[in-house]
Amino acid sequence: MIRVEVGRTAIDVAAEMARVEREGTGAVATFTGLVRADADDQGRGVRRLDLEHYPGATEAALVRLAKEATARWSLAAATIVHRVGPMTPGERIVFVATAATHRGAALDACAFLIDRLKTDAPFWKRETRGNEQRWVEARTGDDAAAARWTAA
Amino acid sequence: MRVLYFAWVRERIGLAEEEVSPPAFVETVADLIEWLAARGPGHAEAFVDRARLRAAVDQDFVGLDAGVAGAQEVAIFPPVTGG
Repeated sequence: MIRVEVGRTAIDVAAEMARVEREGTGAVATFTGLVRADADDQGRGVRRLDLEHYPGATEAALVRLAKEATARWSLAAATIVHRVGPMTPGERIVFVATAATHRGAALDACAFLIDRLKTDAPFWKRETRGNEQRWVEARTGDDAAAARWTAA
Repeated sequence: MRVLYFAWVRERIGLAEEEVSPPAFVETVADLIEWLAARGPGHAEAFVDRARLRAAVDQDFVGLDAGVAGAQEVAIFPPVTGG
């Protein structure tokens, strides 16, 4: 089962987990990304995060990643749910779940999906602190994390 | 050809998308950016630092040296920051 969803509503982790567990396999690994309140050097925390995406291309990129992971780790299920639009600290941005016969494949595939999602899927974050809005800069550490899956 | 802009590229240009008919000398994404930059001050500002731009041709991520001949849709945007 491959499930990819990009939407503006809150991510229902219990419902997503139930779908993956219904595949009747031995191991499920998940990753949940949350909006951080990260204070800047003036002590102003993020009060709002806006996520923009490229409709169509974003979903296609996520499906490609899910298919690649499914083939590489023989997954029974791969789920990627990503929120877009306005969010506040503590809310879920992204949920990834992978199901396989054993834990090693499920855990590796889950890490692969979130690492590669960060570099391969068109999403852009804009933070609001006080009344100031700022587009988040891409991190070079993200490129290194994504590259480790092709280095082997 | 439809050109789409995202994030701060969209904001600086003031448009999410526009329909353009580039001249024959526009062969690559980089040529297209160069040509679009002359359309106005917003375009020029959005495209001032080419190293910070990424692109997709017909929804596939490509380098700025990729060709645009026959493309229906070209997107120009900053490095992605999802997850």
